[in-house]
Amino acid sequence: MAATMSNVDEIRNRVILGEFGIKNVHTTDYPGNYPGYDDTWTLQKFQKTFRIDVVQMDETLMEFDMVGIDAAIANAFRRILLAEVPTMAVEKVFIYNNTSIIQDEILAHRLGLIPIKADPRLFEYRNAGDEEGTEIDTIQLQLKIKCTRNPRATKESADPHELYHNHMVYSKEMKWVPIGNQADVFADAKIGPVHGDILLAQLRPGQELDIVMHCVKGIGQDHAKFSPVATASYRLLPEITLLETVEGEKAERLKRCFSPGVIELENHGGKVVAKVVNSRLDTCSREVLRHDDLKHAVKLARVRDHFIFSVESTGILPPDVLVTEAIKVLMTKCRRFLNELDSTEME
Amino acid sequence: MAAVDGEKKPVLEMVQADGTDEGCVTFVLHEEDHTLGNSLRYMVMKNLDVDFCGYSITHPSESKINFRIQTRDGVPAIEPLRKGLNDLTDVCQHVLKTFEKRVSEFRSQQGETMD
Repeated sequence: MAATMSNVDEIRNRVILGEFGIKNVHTTDYPGNYPGYDDTWTLQKFQKTFRIDVVQMDETLMEFDMVGIDAAIANAFRRILLAEVPTMAVEKVFIYNNTSIIQDEILAHRLGLIPIKADPRLFEYRNAGDEEGTEIDTIQLQLKIKCTRNPRATKESADPHELYHNHMVYSKEMKWVPIGNQADVFADAKIGPVHGDILLAQLRPGQELDIVMHCVKGIGQDHAKFSPVATASYRLLPEITLLETVEGEKAERLKRCFSPGVIELENHGGKVVAKVVNSRLDTCSREVLRHDDLKHAVKLARVRDHFIFSVESTGILPPDVLVTEAIKVLMTKCRRFLNELDSTEME
Repeated sequence: MAAVDGEKKPVLEMVQADGTDEGCVTFVLHEEDHTLGNSLRYMVMKNLDVDFCGYSITHPSESKINFRIQTRDGVPAIEPLRKGLNDLTDVCQHVLKTFEKRVSEFRSQQGETMD
C-alpha cells in the first residue's frame, strides 16, 4: 500500500521511523499548505472518515481504535482522562486515636490514595472553605479497629496471624457512614473501597485506630488520587512494508527483528520468503535498522491518524463510561467559552 | 469582555495591541492548558480565513493560556474563534455518538458469543 502512495501523501499521512530519527512528525494538512488539496474542515468530511473499533473491553480495561482524527484532539481526550474526569476520594481525615507506629500524616496520605467506589456524577463539588460537608458533596467513612491478643493461640507459636486478632488493617475495614438521606439514595450502590485487600497499617496488641474520613469530589489536576484511570495512553498504528523479497537466512533474521507475530515465513517452492502478517503487534523497536543488509529492505512507519487507545480504570467507573465522560468534559470546555462570547456580545 | 471586578473570576479576555485591527487579537483563556489550547488551535488553523493561530502557556504556575489569532482580509478574529469552538463541539458530539454506538455493538456481539 505504502509503495503506491505518492510522496506528498506519505508526508501527510505517515510518520517515518528512520535509522537516525523520525520524519514527518507534525501535522501539516492545513489549508494552503498543499496545492491541490482541500484541507478545510467540514463535518461531512470528518463523519465520512472517522471510525472507532472496540478491540477488547471488560470492567477495568479497554482497548479501542480511533481512526481519522488529529493528534491534537486525541491527545485532549487522553489528557482529560488522566486529569479532568472527576472521582470521589478521601480528602479530610479526622484522627481521633492512632496508637500504631505509622504516623498520622503517612496514614492520612495512604487513605487518600484508596479508590472509593461511588459514582462521582451523583455528587457535587464541595464549596471552598466548607469544612462540614453535606449529603450532596460528602461521603463519610469510618475506620475503627483495635488489635488484641488471641487467647487461644498455642504457647510456643511465633506466628502473628495466630497470636493476634486484627493485627493487619485492610481497606475493607473502612465502613461507610451515610449522611442525611444517603442511606436511601445509595441503598444499592455499595459505597466503600473498590478493593478490600489493600494493607493500610499493622498493629500490635493494645494499639488502635479510630478515624473518620470525608470523601469529596475532585479532579486529577488537583491531586493524582482523584485520577479515575490507572493509565490512559495511545499509540499510533505501526505499518511495516517490505520493499524487496527477503529469502532464506535473511528472512529468519528479519523475523527475529520484530515482535512475535509481525513477520511470518512462507514456503515458495523450496525457498523461505518473509511476509508481513500483522504489523499492529510491533513495538517499533527499530532493531532491523541495525542490520546493514536488511535495513534497505523494509520501510517502518506509523499511521498518523490511527490511534490505538488503551484505558485502564481504577475500578470506580467502567472504562467506557470514563471515555464518554472525557468527551463530555471537552464539550463543556467549549461551551464555557461560547457562553462567554455570547454573553459579552449581549452587553 | 474585561474581568468583572471582585467575586467572579475572568473566563475570557481579549487583548488587542495599539494600532492593530480586530483581525489580530490575543485571547486569554483562563483555567485552560494544552488540552483545550492545542485542540482548539488545530480546529482554528483549519479555517481558511485564518492567517496565523498559536497559543502559549504564560507561566507554569499561572493557569491560563494566550491564544493568538490573526485573520486574512480583516475578518474579526472572534469569528474563527467561535467557529473553532463550534467545530470542536461537533467533533466531540460525533465521537461520542460513534463511541457509544460501537460500545453497545461490541457488548451485544460479546453476549452472542457467550451464549
